[in-house]
Amino acid sequence: MKPIEEILERENKLSAYDLLGCRHHFPVLRQQVNGKPLVYFDNAATSQKPQVVIDTIMRYYQEENSNIHRGVHYLSERATRAYEAAREKLQKFINAASYEEVIFVRGTTEAINLVASSYGRTNVKRGDEVLISALEHHSNIVPWQMVCEEKGATLRVIPMNDKGELQLDQYEKQLTNRTKIVAITHVSNAIGTINPIKEMIAMARLRGIPVLVDGAQAVPHMKVDVQDLDCDFYAFSSHKMFGPTGVGILYGKKSLLEAMPPYQGGGDMIKSVTFEKTIYNDLPNKFEAGTPSIASGIGFGAAVDYLKNIDMQGVATYEHELLTYATEQLSSIRGVRIIGTANEKAAVLSFVIDGIHPHDIGTILDDEGIAIRTGHHCAQPVMQRFGVPATARASVAFYNLKDEVDVLVRGVHKVIEVLG
Amino acid sequence: MSALRELYQEVILDHNKSPRNFGRMADATRKVEGYNPLCGDHYTVYVRLEGDIIKDVRFEGTGCAISKASASVMSAAVKGKTKAEAEMLFRSFHKVVTGVADPMKHVEELGKLAAFSGVSEFPARVKCATLAWHTLHSALESKTTVVSTEKD
Repeated sequence: MKPIEEILERENKLSAYDLLGCRHHFPVLRQQVNGKPLVYFDNAATSQKPQVVIDTIMRYYQEENSNIHRGVHYLSERATRAYEAAREKLQKFINAASYEEVIFVRGTTEAINLVASSYGRTNVKRGDEVLISALEHHSNIVPWQMVCEEKGATLRVIPMNDKGELQLDQYEKQLTNRTKIVAITHVSNAIGTINPIKEMIAMARLRGIPVLVDGAQAVPHMKVDVQDLDCDFYAFSSHKMFGPTGVGILYGKKSLLEAMPPYQGGGDMIKSVTFEKTIYNDLPNKFEAGTPSIASGIGFGAAVDYLKNIDMQGVATYEHELLTYATEQLSSIRGVRIIGTANEKAAVLSFVIDGIHPHDIGTILDDEGIAIRTGHHCAQPVMQRFGVPATARASVAFYNLKDEVDVLVRGVHKVIEVLG
Repeated sequence: MSALRELYQEVILDHNKSPRNFGRMADATRKVEGYNPLCGDHYTVYVRLEGDIIKDVRFEGTGCAISKASASVMSAAVKGKTKAEAEMLFRSFHKVVTGVADPMKHVEELGKLAAFSGVSEFPARVKCATLAWHTLHSALESKTTVVSTEKD
Protein backbone atom coordinates (compact mmCIF):
# COMPACT_ATOMS: atom_id res chain seq x y z
CA MET A 1 0.00 0.00 0.00
CA LYS A 2 1.14 3.52 -0.74
CA PRO A 3 2.12 5.99 1.96
CA ILE A 4 -0.59 8.22 3.41
CA GLU A 5 0.62 11.26 1.52
CA GLU A 6 0.01 9.61 -1.84
CA ILE A 7 -3.47 8.47 -0.90
CA LEU A 8 -4.24 11.97 0.27
CA GLU A 9 -3.08 13.44 -2.97
CA ARG A 10 -5.05 10.99 -5.08
CA GLU A 11 -8.33 11.29 -3.19
CA ASN A 12 -7.98 14.89 -2.49
CA LYS A 13 -7.04 16.50 -5.73
CA LEU A 14 -9.40 19.41 -6.01
CA SER A 15 -8.24 22.02 -8.43
CA ALA A 16 -10.65 24.55 -6.99
CA TYR A 17 -13.55 24.67 -4.65
CA ASP A 18 -15.93 22.13 -6.13
CA LEU A 19 -19.10 21.59 -4.22
CA LEU A 20 -20.44 18.45 -5.88
CA GLY A 21 -16.98 16.95 -5.87
CA CYS A 22 -16.73 17.59 -2.13
CA ARG A 23 -20.06 16.02 -1.37
CA HIS A 24 -18.98 12.76 -2.99
CA HIS A 25 -16.13 12.52 -0.50
CA PHE A 26 -18.56 11.94 2.38
CA PRO A 27 -19.89 8.37 2.16
CA VAL A 28 -22.34 8.75 5.04
CA LEU A 29 -24.33 11.26 3.02
CA ARG A 30 -25.17 8.61 0.42
CA GLN A 31 -27.97 6.97 2.35
CA GLN A 32 -31.68 7.03 2.93
CA VAL A 33 -33.34 7.64 6.28
CA ASN A 34 -36.98 6.67 6.69
CA GLY A 35 -37.10 6.03 2.96
CA LYS A 36 -35.88 9.53 2.08
CA PRO A 37 -32.42 10.84 1.19
CA LEU A 38 -30.56 11.88 4.32
CA VAL A 39 -30.43 15.65 4.77
CA TYR A 40 -27.76 16.26 7.38
CA PHE A 41 -28.16 19.63 9.06
CA ASP A 42 -26.58 18.79 12.43
CA ASN A 43 -23.05 19.88 11.58
CA ALA A 44 -22.62 22.05 14.65
CA ALA A 45 -23.03 18.91 16.77
CA THR A 46 -20.59 16.95 14.66
CA SER A 47 -19.53 17.03 11.03
CA GLN A 48 -19.33 14.07 8.66
CA LYS A 49 -15.99 12.54 7.66
CA PRO A 50 -14.52 12.42 4.17
CA GLN A 51 -13.37 9.04 2.82
CA VAL A 52 -9.72 10.07 3.10
CA VAL A 53 -10.04 10.52 6.87
CA ILE A 54 -11.77 7.16 7.24
CA ASP A 55 -9.10 5.48 5.07
CA THR A 56 -6.27 7.07 7.04
CA ILE A 57 -7.61 5.74 10.35
CA MET A 58 -8.15 2.27 8.91
CA ARG A 59 -4.69 2.29 7.40
CA TYR A 60 -3.14 3.29 10.69
CA TYR A 61 -4.67 0.29 12.43
CA GLN A 62 -3.85 -2.05 9.55
CA GLU A 63 -0.25 -0.99 9.03
CA GLU A 64 1.14 1.31 11.68
CA ASN A 65 -0.58 0.60 14.98
CA SER A 66 1.95 0.99 17.74
CA ASN A 67 2.53 3.19 20.77
CA ILE A 68 4.27 6.50 20.15
CA HIS A 69 7.18 8.38 21.71
CA ARG A 70 8.77 5.31 23.30
CA GLY A 71 9.44 2.32 21.09
CA VAL A 72 12.72 1.99 19.20
CA HIS A 73 11.15 -0.40 16.74
CA TYR A 74 10.05 0.31 13.21
CA LEU A 75 6.30 0.54 13.82
CA SER A 76 6.62 2.82 16.81
CA GLU A 77 8.86 5.18 14.89
CA ARG A 78 6.45 5.20 11.98
CA ALA A 79 3.43 5.87 14.22
CA THR A 80 5.34 8.60 16.09
CA ARG A 81 6.27 10.25 12.81
CA ALA A 82 2.68 10.20 11.56
CA TYR A 83 1.35 11.56 14.85
CA GLU A 84 3.91 14.36 15.05
CA ALA A 85 3.33 15.15 11.37
CA ALA A 86 -0.33 15.70 12.26
CA ARG A 87 0.75 18.15 14.96
CA GLU A 88 2.81 20.10 12.44
CA LYS A 89 -0.12 20.17 10.00
CA LEU A 90 -2.29 21.59 12.76
CA GLN A 91 0.38 24.10 13.68
CA LYS A 92 0.37 25.39 10.10
CA PHE A 93 -3.42 25.22 9.92
CA ILE A 94 -3.83 27.77 12.72
CA ASN A 95 -0.48 29.47 12.04
CA ALA A 96 0.97 28.82 15.50
CA ALA A 97 4.55 30.06 15.91
CA SER A 98 5.84 26.70 17.12
CA TYR A 99 4.78 23.04 17.36
CA GLU A 100 5.38 23.35 21.11
CA GLU A 101 2.30 25.53 21.30
CA VAL A 102 0.05 22.84 19.82
CA ILE A 103 -1.19 20.41 22.47
CA PHE A 104 -3.24 17.36 21.65
CA VAL A 105 -6.27 16.99 23.92
CA ARG A 106 -9.51 15.01 23.76
CA GLY A 107 -11.45 17.96 22.40
CA THR A 108 -12.47 21.55 23.07
CA THR A 109 -13.94 20.66 26.45
CA GLU A 110 -10.70 19.14 27.69
CA ALA A 111 -8.71 22.05 26.29
CA ILE A 112 -10.75 24.54 28.31
CA ASN A 113 -10.59 22.33 31.40
CA LEU A 114 -6.83 22.15 31.01
CA VAL A 115 -6.50 25.95 31.01
CA ALA A 116 -9.05 26.43 33.81
CA SER A 117 -7.37 23.78 35.91
CA SER A 118 -3.72 24.70 35.27
CA TYR A 119 -3.68 28.42 34.48
CA GLY A 120 -6.87 29.19 36.41
CA ARG A 121 -5.96 27.46 39.65
CA THR A 122 -2.51 29.07 39.61
CA ASN A 123 -3.55 32.62 38.79
CA VAL A 124 -7.10 33.14 40.04
CA LYS A 125 -7.24 34.16 43.70
CA ARG A 126 -9.92 35.19 46.19
CA GLY A 127 -11.69 38.36 45.04
CA ASP A 128 -10.53 37.98 41.42
CA GLU A 129 -12.83 37.75 38.43
CA VAL A 130 -13.12 35.48 35.41
CA LEU A 131 -14.96 37.04 32.47
CA ILE A 132 -17.00 34.90 30.07
CA SER A 133 -19.86 35.81 27.73
CA ALA A 134 -23.61 35.25 27.59
CA LEU A 135 -23.11 33.14 24.46
CA GLU A 136 -20.98 30.40 25.97
CA HIS A 137 -21.44 26.66 25.65
CA HIS A 138 -21.59 24.89 29.03
CA SER A 139 -18.01 23.73 28.42
CA ASN A 140 -16.81 27.34 28.64
CA ILE A 141 -18.94 28.11 31.71
CA VAL A 142 -18.69 25.18 34.10
CA PRO A 143 -14.85 24.78 34.26
CA TRP A 144 -14.59 28.48 35.17
CA GLN A 145 -17.41 28.21 37.68
CA MET A 146 -15.52 25.36 39.35
CA VAL A 147 -12.32 27.43 39.59
CA CYS A 148 -14.19 30.48 40.90
CA GLU A 149 -15.99 28.41 43.51
CA GLU A 150 -12.75 26.81 44.68
CA LYS A 151 -10.86 30.11 44.83
CA GLY A 152 -13.59 32.44 46.08
CA ALA A 153 -13.50 34.36 42.80
CA THR A 154 -16.42 35.77 40.82
CA LEU A 155 -17.63 34.74 37.37
CA ARG A 156 -18.69 37.78 35.33
CA VAL A 157 -20.70 37.57 32.11
CA ILE A 158 -20.51 39.89 29.09
CA PRO A 159 -24.16 40.59 28.20
CA MET A 160 -25.69 40.41 24.72
CA ASN A 161 -28.40 42.39 22.94
CA ASP A 162 -31.66 41.01 21.54
CA LYS A 163 -29.97 40.08 18.27
CA GLY A 164 -27.50 37.88 20.09
CA GLU A 165 -24.49 40.22 19.78
CA LEU A 166 -22.14 40.82 22.70
CA GLN A 167 -22.24 44.35 24.10
CA LEU A 168 -18.70 45.62 23.79
CA ASP A 169 -19.38 48.82 25.74
CA GLN A 170 -20.30 46.64 28.72
CA TYR A 171 -17.33 44.37 28.07
CA GLU A 172 -14.98 47.32 28.24
CA LYS A 173 -16.32 48.26 31.67
CA GLN A 174 -16.08 44.67 32.88
CA LEU A 175 -12.33 44.49 32.16
CA THR A 176 -10.74 45.53 35.45
CA ASN A 177 -7.60 44.82 37.41
CA ARG A 178 -9.53 42.02 39.12
CA THR A 179 -10.06 40.23 35.78
CA LYS A 180 -7.61 37.33 35.57
CA ILE A 181 -8.73 35.79 32.29
CA VAL A 182 -11.33 36.30 29.56
CA ALA A 183 -12.88 33.16 28.03
CA ILE A 184 -15.10 33.72 25.01
CA THR A 185 -16.45 31.78 22.09
CA HIS A 186 -15.44 32.65 18.54
CA VAL A 187 -18.76 31.48 17.07
CA SER A 188 -21.88 30.68 19.11
CA ASN A 189 -22.92 27.05 18.73
CA ALA A 190 -26.50 27.81 19.73
CA ILE A 191 -27.35 30.81 17.55
CA GLY A 192 -24.39 31.31 15.20
CA THR A 193 -23.16 34.78 16.27
CA ILE A 194 -19.58 35.45 15.14
CA ASN A 195 -17.96 37.48 17.89
CA PRO A 196 -15.48 40.28 17.05
CA ILE A 197 -12.80 38.40 18.95
CA LYS A 198 -9.83 40.19 17.42
CA GLU A 199 -11.15 43.47 18.77
CA MET A 200 -12.10 41.87 22.08
CA ILE A 201 -8.63 40.34 22.46
CA ALA A 202 -7.02 43.71 21.75
CA MET A 203 -9.19 45.33 24.43
CA ALA A 204 -8.11 42.77 27.02
CA ARG A 205 -4.48 42.99 25.84
CA LEU A 206 -4.43 46.72 26.71
CA ARG A 207 -4.97 45.70 30.33
CA GLY A 208 -2.63 42.71 30.19
CA ILE A 209 -5.46 40.16 30.57
CA PRO A 210 -5.04 36.83 28.76
CA VAL A 211 -7.83 35.58 26.50
CA LEU A 212 -8.97 32.03 25.78
CA VAL A 213 -11.06 31.53 22.65
CA ASP A 214 -13.42 28.57 22.19
CA GLY A 215 -12.98 28.00 18.47
CA ALA A 216 -14.96 24.75 18.11
CA GLN A 217 -17.57 26.29 15.80
CA ALA A 218 -15.18 28.61 13.97
CA VAL A 219 -12.47 26.34 12.52
CA PRO A 220 -14.76 24.39 10.14
CA HIS A 221 -16.08 27.59 8.60
CA MET A 222 -13.34 30.21 8.41
CA LYS A 223 -9.60 30.76 8.30
CA VAL A 224 -8.18 31.03 11.81
CA ASP A 225 -4.75 32.57 12.42
CA VAL A 226 -3.84 32.54 16.11
CA GLN A 227 -0.93 34.96 15.67
CA ASP A 228 -3.09 37.43 13.81
CA LEU A 229 -5.81 37.15 16.47
CA ASP A 230 -3.13 37.44 19.15
CA CYS A 231 -5.13 35.14 21.45
CA ASP A 232 -3.40 33.46 24.38
CA PHE A 233 -5.31 30.19 24.11
CA TYR A 234 -7.40 28.77 21.29
CA ALA A 235 -9.37 25.52 21.72
CA PHE A 236 -11.01 23.38 19.03
CA SER A 237 -12.15 19.83 18.22
CA SER A 238 -11.33 17.55 15.31
CA HIS A 239 -14.81 16.09 14.96
CA LYS A 240 -16.45 19.40 14.14
CA MET A 241 -13.99 19.96 11.28
CA PHE A 242 -14.43 16.66 9.41
CA GLY A 243 -11.94 14.70 11.52
CA PRO A 244 -12.54 11.87 14.00
CA THR A 245 -13.96 12.25 17.52
CA GLY A 246 -11.75 12.00 20.59
CA VAL A 247 -9.08 14.51 19.65
CA GLY A 248 -8.73 18.27 19.67
CA ILE A 249 -6.16 20.99 20.06
CA LEU A 250 -5.27 23.47 22.73
CA TYR A 251 -3.15 26.23 21.28
CA GLY A 252 -1.36 28.29 23.92
CA LYS A 253 1.35 30.93 23.80
CA LYS A 254 4.64 29.32 24.71
CA SER A 255 5.47 31.75 27.50
CA LEU A 256 2.16 31.01 29.24
CA LEU A 257 2.33 27.25 28.73
CA GLU A 258 5.87 27.12 30.07
CA ALA A 259 4.83 28.85 33.27
CA MET A 260 1.78 26.63 33.80
CA PRO A 261 1.88 23.49 35.95
CA PRO A 262 0.97 20.17 34.31
CA TYR A 263 -2.72 19.31 34.06
CA GLN A 264 -2.49 15.54 34.49
CA GLY A 265 0.36 13.33 35.60
CA GLY A 266 1.46 10.09 34.00
CA GLY A 267 3.54 8.67 31.19
CA ASP A 268 4.81 10.86 28.35
CA MET A 269 4.65 14.08 30.38
CA ILE A 270 7.85 13.36 32.32
CA LYS A 271 11.60 13.42 31.74
CA SER A 272 12.51 11.43 34.82
CA VAL A 273 10.69 10.06 37.81
CA THR A 274 11.96 9.06 41.23
CA PHE A 275 9.83 8.69 44.35
CA GLU A 276 11.36 11.94 45.57
CA LYS A 277 10.99 14.12 42.49
CA THR A 278 9.68 14.17 38.93
CA ILE A 279 11.14 16.33 36.19
CA TYR A 280 8.40 17.30 33.76
CA ASN A 281 8.78 16.96 30.03
CA ASP A 282 9.14 19.90 27.67
CA LEU A 283 6.28 21.38 25.70
CA PRO A 284 4.03 20.13 24.27
CA ASN A 285 4.39 16.74 25.99
CA LYS A 286 4.21 18.29 29.46
CA PHE A 287 0.45 18.52 28.96
CA GLU A 288 -0.01 15.15 27.24
CA ALA A 289 -0.07 12.48 29.93
CA GLY A 290 -0.81 8.93 28.88
CA THR A 291 -1.24 7.27 25.50
CA PRO A 292 -3.33 9.61 23.36
CA SER A 293 -5.89 8.71 20.72
CA ILE A 294 -3.15 8.08 18.16
CA ALA A 295 -5.38 7.00 15.28
CA SER A 296 -7.63 10.01 15.81
CA GLY A 297 -4.65 12.36 15.91
CA ILE A 298 -3.37 11.00 12.59
CA GLY A 299 -6.92 11.13 11.20
CA PHE A 300 -7.13 14.75 12.35
CA GLY A 301 -4.02 15.45 10.28
CA ALA A 302 -5.75 13.91 7.25
CA ALA A 303 -8.76 16.18 7.83
CA VAL A 304 -6.44 19.20 7.85
CA ASP A 305 -4.87 18.02 4.58
CA TYR A 306 -8.35 17.64 3.17
CA LEU A 307 -9.30 21.16 4.20
CA LYS A 308 -6.06 22.55 2.76
CA ASN A 309 -7.39 21.73 -0.69
CA ILE A 310 -10.61 23.55 -0.04
CA ASP A 311 -10.94 27.26 -0.47
CA MET A 312 -12.10 28.32 3.00
CA GLN A 313 -13.07 31.77 1.74
CA GLY A 314 -15.25 30.03 -0.84
CA VAL A 315 -16.73 27.88 1.94
CA ALA A 316 -17.57 30.94 4.02
CA THR A 317 -19.21 32.67 1.05
CA TYR A 318 -21.19 29.59 0.03
CA GLU A 319 -22.35 28.81 3.56
CA HIS A 320 -23.42 32.41 3.98
CA GLU A 321 -25.53 32.13 0.83
CA LEU A 322 -27.18 29.00 2.22
CA LEU A 323 -27.78 30.73 5.55
CA THR A 324 -29.33 33.78 3.89
CA TYR A 325 -31.55 31.62 1.70
CA ALA A 326 -32.65 29.39 4.60
CA THR A 327 -33.30 32.42 6.81
CA GLU A 328 -35.47 34.07 4.15
CA GLN A 329 -37.40 30.88 3.45
CA LEU A 330 -37.98 29.90 7.06
CA SER A 331 -38.81 33.33 8.42
CA SER A 332 -41.45 33.79 5.72
CA ILE A 333 -43.38 30.87 7.22
CA ARG A 334 -46.10 32.08 9.58
CA GLY A 335 -45.32 31.26 13.19
CA VAL A 336 -41.58 30.65 12.65
CA ARG A 337 -39.19 32.85 14.60
CA ILE A 338 -35.41 32.88 14.13
CA ILE A 339 -33.46 33.02 17.41
CA GLY A 340 -30.24 34.98 16.99
CA THR A 341 -30.13 37.59 14.26
CA ALA A 342 -26.62 38.98 14.66
CA ASN A 343 -25.20 40.90 11.71
CA GLU A 344 -22.16 38.65 11.71
CA LYS A 345 -23.41 35.10 11.73
CA ALA A 346 -22.14 31.64 10.83
CA ALA A 347 -24.36 29.07 9.14
CA VAL A 348 -26.25 28.08 12.27
CA LEU A 349 -29.99 28.63 12.13
CA SER A 350 -31.83 28.35 15.44
CA PHE A 351 -35.60 28.69 15.25
CA VAL A 352 -38.82 28.12 17.10
CA ILE A 353 -42.39 27.67 15.89
CA ASP A 354 -45.28 29.19 17.84
CA GLY A 355 -46.98 26.60 20.00
CA ILE A 356 -44.83 23.70 18.82
CA HIS A 357 -42.03 22.30 20.93
CA PRO A 358 -38.64 21.81 19.19
CA HIS A 359 -38.67 18.13 20.13
CA ASP A 360 -41.79 17.59 18.06
CA ILE A 361 -40.20 19.54 15.21
CA GLY A 362 -37.16 17.24 15.40
CA THR A 363 -39.23 14.05 15.33
CA ILE A 364 -41.36 15.10 12.37
CA LEU A 365 -38.34 16.35 10.39
CA ASP A 366 -36.54 13.08 11.11
CA ASP A 367 -39.46 11.28 9.51
CA GLU A 368 -38.59 13.29 6.39
CA GLY A 369 -34.96 12.17 6.58
CA ILE A 370 -33.77 15.52 7.97
CA ALA A 371 -31.29 15.52 10.87
CA ILE A 372 -31.36 18.67 13.00
CA ARG A 373 -30.60 19.27 16.65
CA THR A 374 -33.34 20.15 19.09
CA GLY A 375 -32.92 21.17 22.69
CA HIS A 376 -30.83 23.70 24.59
CA HIS A 377 -27.60 22.96 22.67
CA CYS A 378 -25.58 22.83 25.91
CA ALA A 379 -26.18 26.56 26.22
CA GLN A 380 -29.03 26.89 28.70
CA PRO A 381 -28.18 30.53 29.59
CA VAL A 382 -28.57 31.46 25.90
CA MET A 383 -32.03 29.85 25.88
CA GLN A 384 -32.95 31.71 29.09
CA ARG A 385 -31.81 35.00 27.57
CA PHE A 386 -34.23 34.53 24.67
CA GLY A 387 -36.99 33.19 26.90
CA VAL A 388 -37.28 29.80 25.19
CA PRO A 389 -36.74 26.37 26.77
CA ALA A 390 -35.18 25.02 23.59
CA THR A 391 -34.83 25.66 19.87
CA ALA A 392 -34.62 23.66 16.67
CA ARG A 393 -31.20 24.18 15.08
CA ALA A 394 -30.18 23.55 11.51
CA SER A 395 -26.43 23.93 11.02
CA VAL A 396 -24.74 23.83 7.65
CA ALA A 397 -21.47 22.51 6.27
CA PHE A 398 -20.02 23.11 2.82
CA TYR A 399 -21.41 19.79 1.55
CA ASN A 400 -25.00 20.88 2.11
CA LEU A 401 -27.08 21.86 -0.91
CA LYS A 402 -29.63 24.54 -1.60
CA ASP A 403 -32.07 21.74 -2.49
CA GLU A 404 -31.68 20.45 1.04
CA VAL A 405 -32.78 23.81 2.41
CA ASP A 406 -35.94 23.38 0.30
CA VAL A 407 -36.48 19.93 1.84
CA LEU A 408 -36.12 21.51 5.29
CA VAL A 409 -38.63 24.23 4.45
CA ARG A 410 -41.14 21.65 3.19
CA GLY A 411 -40.52 19.68 6.40
CA VAL A 412 -41.30 22.71 8.55
CA HIS A 413 -44.57 23.17 6.65
CA LYS A 414 -45.38 19.56 7.45
CA VAL A 415 -44.62 20.11 11.14
CA ILE A 416 -47.15 22.94 11.20
CA GLU A 417 -49.66 20.84 9.28
CA VAL A 418 -49.40 18.00 11.82
CA LEU A 419 -49.18 20.00 15.03
CA GLY A 420 -50.24 23.56 14.23
CA MET B 1 -50.75 4.28 9.34
CA SER B 2 -47.22 5.63 9.36
CA ALA B 3 -45.13 5.51 12.53
CA LEU B 4 -45.42 9.28 12.71
CA ARG B 5 -49.22 9.18 12.64
CA GLU B 6 -49.12 6.41 15.26
CA LEU B 7 -47.12 8.78 17.43
CA TYR B 8 -49.19 11.91 16.96
CA GLN B 9 -52.65 10.39 17.31
CA GLU B 10 -55.76 12.57 17.53
CA VAL B 11 -56.04 12.12 21.29
CA ILE B 12 -52.48 13.42 21.70
CA LEU B 13 -52.96 16.36 19.34
CA ASP B 14 -56.17 17.28 21.13
CA HIS B 15 -54.73 17.11 24.65
CA ASN B 16 -51.64 19.00 23.51
CA LYS B 17 -53.76 21.84 22.16
CA SER B 18 -56.27 21.90 25.00
CA PRO B 19 -54.66 20.30 28.03
CA ARG B 20 -57.12 19.24 30.75
CA ASN B 21 -56.53 20.09 34.41
CA PHE B 22 -53.92 22.63 33.40
CA GLY B 23 -52.85 25.26 35.92
CA ARG B 24 -51.88 25.42 39.56
CA MET B 25 -53.90 24.07 42.45
CA ALA B 26 -54.35 26.22 45.54
CA ASP B 27 -55.24 23.42 47.96
CA ALA B 28 -52.76 20.78 46.81
CA THR B 29 -51.43 18.43 49.47
CA ARG B 30 -48.51 17.34 47.26
CA LYS B 31 -46.57 19.29 44.69
CA VAL B 32 -43.56 17.96 42.78
CA GLU B 33 -41.58 19.35 39.87
CA GLY B 34 -40.50 17.11 37.04
CA TYR B 35 -37.72 18.11 34.69
CA ASN B 36 -36.12 16.48 31.70
CA PRO B 37 -32.76 18.23 31.29
CA LEU B 38 -32.23 16.68 27.88
CA CYS B 39 -35.05 18.55 26.18
CA GLY B 40 -36.05 21.12 28.78
CA ASP B 41 -39.53 19.69 29.45
CA HIS B 42 -40.56 21.05 32.83
CA TYR B 43 -43.81 20.37 34.67
CA THR B 44 -45.21 20.78 38.16
CA VAL B 45 -47.75 18.17 39.20
CA TYR B 46 -50.22 19.06 41.98
CA VAL B 47 -52.12 16.40 43.86
CA ARG B 48 -54.85 16.69 46.47
CA LEU B 49 -54.94 13.49 48.47
CA GLU B 50 -57.71 12.60 50.86
CA GLY B 51 -56.52 9.54 52.71
CA ASP B 52 -55.55 7.17 49.97
CA ILE B 53 -57.73 8.72 47.30
CA ILE B 54 -56.43 11.09 44.63
CA LYS B 55 -59.22 13.65 44.82
CA ASP B 56 -57.68 16.04 42.31
CA VAL B 57 -54.67 16.34 39.99
CA ARG B 58 -53.51 19.38 38.07
CA PHE B 59 -50.31 20.28 36.28
CA GLU B 60 -48.57 23.26 34.75
CA GLY B 61 -45.39 23.83 32.79
CA THR B 62 -43.99 23.53 29.30
CA GLY B 63 -42.77 20.76 27.07
CA CYS B 64 -43.35 18.91 23.83
CA ALA B 65 -46.69 17.64 22.55
CA ILE B 66 -46.05 14.14 23.84
CA SER B 67 -45.15 15.21 27.36
CA LYS B 68 -47.96 17.73 27.64
CA ALA B 69 -50.62 15.39 26.27
CA SER B 70 -49.36 12.62 28.52
CA ALA B 71 -49.65 14.84 31.61
CA SER B 72 -53.13 15.88 30.54
CA VAL B 73 -54.45 12.37 29.85
CA MET B 74 -52.80 11.15 33.05
CA SER B 75 -54.48 13.82 35.15
CA ALA B 76 -57.88 12.78 33.87
CA ALA B 77 -57.12 9.07 34.21
CA VAL B 78 -55.97 9.01 37.84
CA LYS B 79 -58.50 11.38 39.34
CA GLY B 80 -60.62 9.52 41.87
CA LYS B 81 -58.30 6.51 41.91
CA THR B 82 -56.43 5.21 44.94
CA LYS B 83 -52.66 5.61 45.11
CA ALA B 84 -52.21 1.90 44.44
CA GLU B 85 -54.53 1.99 41.42
CA ALA B 86 -52.65 4.95 39.97
CA GLU B 87 -49.29 3.21 40.43
CA MET B 88 -50.64 0.10 38.73
CA LEU B 89 -51.84 2.18 35.80
CA PHE B 90 -48.37 3.75 35.53
CA ARG B 91 -46.79 0.29 35.37
CA SER B 92 -49.06 -0.78 32.50
CA PHE B 93 -48.57 2.54 30.71
CA HIS B 94 -44.81 2.23 31.09
CA LYS B 95 -44.84 -1.27 29.60
CA VAL B 96 -46.83 -0.10 26.61
CA VAL B 97 -44.74 2.99 25.78
CA THR B 98 -41.50 1.04 26.10
CA GLY B 99 -42.88 -1.68 23.83
CA VAL B 100 -42.64 -4.39 26.51
CA ALA B 101 -46.38 -5.08 26.50
CA ASP B 102 -48.89 -5.37 23.69
CA PRO B 103 -51.21 -2.35 23.92
CA MET B 104 -54.12 -4.46 22.66
CA LYS B 105 -54.00 -6.44 25.89
CA HIS B 106 -54.32 -3.32 27.99
CA VAL B 107 -56.89 -1.37 25.98
CA GLU B 108 -59.62 -1.60 28.58
CA GLU B 109 -57.35 -0.69 31.47
CA LEU B 110 -55.57 2.14 29.67
CA GLY B 111 -58.47 3.81 27.84
CA LYS B 112 -57.17 7.01 26.24
CA LEU B 113 -53.68 6.24 27.54
CA ALA B 114 -53.47 3.58 24.81
CA ALA B 115 -53.00 6.46 22.36
CA PHE B 116 -49.39 6.63 23.54
CA SER B 117 -48.52 3.15 22.27
CA GLY B 118 -46.91 4.70 19.17
CA VAL B 119 -44.21 6.16 21.39
CA SER B 120 -42.57 2.72 21.58
CA GLU B 121 -41.35 3.24 17.99
CA PHE B 122 -39.48 6.39 19.07
CA PRO B 123 -37.10 5.45 21.91
CA ALA B 124 -35.92 9.07 22.29
CA ARG B 125 -39.48 10.10 23.14
CA VAL B 126 -40.24 7.56 25.90
CA LYS B 127 -38.98 10.02 28.50
CA CYS B 128 -41.38 12.64 27.19
CA ALA B 129 -44.34 10.29 27.63
CA THR B 130 -43.37 9.20 31.14
CA LEU B 131 -42.17 12.50 32.65
CA ALA B 132 -45.52 13.47 34.19
CA TRP B 133 -46.02 9.92 35.46
CA HIS B 134 -42.63 9.86 37.18
CA THR B 135 -43.48 13.21 38.71
CA LEU B 136 -46.85 11.94 39.93
CA HIS B 137 -45.12 8.87 41.35
CA SER B 138 -42.75 11.12 43.35
CA ALA B 139 -45.69 13.18 44.56
CA LEU B 140 -47.52 10.07 45.77
CA GLU B 141 -44.39 8.74 47.46
CA SER B 142 -43.52 12.10 48.96
CA LYS B 143 -43.53 12.42 52.75
CA THR B 144 -44.54 16.07 52.55
CA THR B 145 -48.27 16.27 52.92
CA VAL B 146 -48.64 20.04 52.95
CA VAL B 147 -46.99 22.15 50.29
CA SER B 148 -47.01 25.88 49.87
CA THR B 149 -48.09 27.12 46.47
CA GLU B 150 -47.77 30.73 47.55
CA LYS B 151 -44.16 31.39 46.74
CA ASP B 152 -44.23 30.64 43.05
